[in-house]
Amino acid sequence: MRFEAVIGLEIHAQLLTESKLFCGCSTKFGNPPNTNICPVCMGHPGVLPILNKKAVEFTIRMGLATSCTINKYSIFARKNYFYPDLPKGYQISQYELPLCSNGYLEIEHQNQRKKIRINRIHLEEDAGKSIHDQGNFTLLDFNRCGVPLIEIVTAPDIQTPEEAGIFLSEIRQIVKYLGICDGNMEEGSLRCDANVSIREAGSNILGTKTEVKNMNSIKNVVDALKYEIERQIEIVSSGGRIIQQTLLWNADKQIIEPMRTKEESHDYRYFPEPDLPIVEVNEEWLNVIRENLPELPSIRKERMKSQYNIPDYDIEILTTEKEFADYFEETAKFTDDYKSISNWFMTEILKILNEQKISIKEFPIKPEYLGELIKLINNQTISGKIAKEVFNEMLVEPGSPSEIIKEKNLIQISDEKIIEEIVQKVIESNQKQVQQYLEGKDKVFAHFVGQVMRETKGKANPSLVNKILKEKLDNLRK
Amino acid sequence: MKITKELILHIAELSHLKLKEDEIEKFQIELNQILEYVDNLNEIDTSSIEPLSHPLPIVNVFREDRVEKSITREEALKNAPEATDEFFKVPKVI
Repeated sequence: MRFEAVIGLEIHAQLLTESKLFCGCSTKFGNPPNTNICPVCMGHPGVLPILNKKAVEFTIRMGLATSCTINKYSIFARKNYFYPDLPKGYQISQYELPLCSNGYLEIEHQNQRKKIRINRIHLEEDAGKSIHDQGNFTLLDFNRCGVPLIEIVTAPDIQTPEEAGIFLSEIRQIVKYLGICDGNMEEGSLRCDANVSIREAGSNILGTKTEVKNMNSIKNVVDALKYEIERQIEIVSSGGRIIQQTLLWNADKQIIEPMRTKEESHDYRYFPEPDLPIVEVNEEWLNVIRENLPELPSIRKERMKSQYNIPDYDIEILTTEKEFADYFEETAKFTDDYKSISNWFMTEILKILNEQKISIKEFPIKPEYLGELIKLINNQTISGKIAKEVFNEMLVEPGSPSEIIKEKNLIQISDEKIIEEIVQKVIESNQKQVQQYLEGKDKVFAHFVGQVMRETKGKANPSLVNKILKEKLDNLRK
Repeated sequence: MKITKELILHIAELSHLKLKEDEIEKFQIELNQILEYVDNLNEIDTSSIEPLSHPLPIVNVFREDRVEKSITREEALKNAPEATDEFFKVPKVI
């Protein structure tokens, strides 16, 4: 029997607000435990939540970016369950009437475009962090409690692990472009759970699904889904049945394990949150959000293509991360040689980001200085080879290329007289090679170029050196 | 809806309550009485009325996204039955 997989994703994205969803506590990651908490997010009796307006606007941005209906009326609901990381005993989430519903995102895989439907995008609060295995205790840090999250729920339209990976990277790119989430999967600001089942290829019946969690990179999502689909196929093929359960991906061992939980009955008893009034998104407000919507990846690509006239391939690379595109466009303010910026970016800069495992934000050379460097090459102040040297210097020593060139005396020698003198000297002291050249061995020409460069510590203008050498040597041939 | 003994036990479990045998019976009777009473409302035809989630006609109560001073960790941990210097401490969960 041939099988096909049916995959739906639930993606949680932590919103980049300064304060929490229902109180004024900071959302900063990495603060000492239990320092960003207050009576509201700890669920003390008598406190009242007040909704963070920006969090609502961020959610709507995501809805607009994924062609969702933005519901005019939206309400919050209490999802009741008892777990120590949830001090109120319920999570404020949305159930009926989420902020956004019925959207989609188009992905491209193997040259085919495919629509993945998005059932809903709702706003909810995060829970705290439990630290297990502390003897007979569990320790709790409530800093994350009440931090705003959006949950994006897809329809089960995804059929392969690769599609899931592409969809997730698209979502990651969009939230970053929208400026609503940093997209960092390692730190957990973007998390993805998957519902997976298999069925006979072409069938309409859904099989029993499992939920896979703990996949904290796009690669993990692809690996875990491959593993889970194979596991399910193996069970069904050998006559077994799939048990509905929650599974955790163990990236170190590259296996899937059942989640450690107490056997408890789940009954969330959702009901409307009485402490939060209805959210009404009227046309006026929606228009303001729409008008202020940051440029989306697809739109930015098109604009950059027409604005900079560089190859599509370059544009694809430069827009993979919003920060790449920002760096490129910032540099483009300082030089109009756009292709050179792109070349430096795709070869030198990306290489360094990979080698040093840093983000473009941490990259030491300011866009302004890269622009200046390119200008200095183009107006022949320095050669490309020297530029590389200056570039390497700027990686360790902050400073403008002009300063470095002056300091290290690297300005290109473009004075024909000086180069002529040096060429003459090189020819005189390399008579053996001159003889070979005169006998027709054109290859020794490179030897002369090398010698001139050595004499000038690489500073001679290469095209002038070539020109003058050729003239002089060819004169000798006559 | 009829409140059965099983339902009482289920609710008790969700609420983390341990009920004695006579309490189970007592609550079963009381909850049934409450539901019967509320059931009177079903005599009214509400088929053409939108469900009401909030009794007050208020919409859009927001706060601006600003960090406000919160309490100290000492204050936060003060009322916890058990805590370390940094964390709340609860019985082993899993």
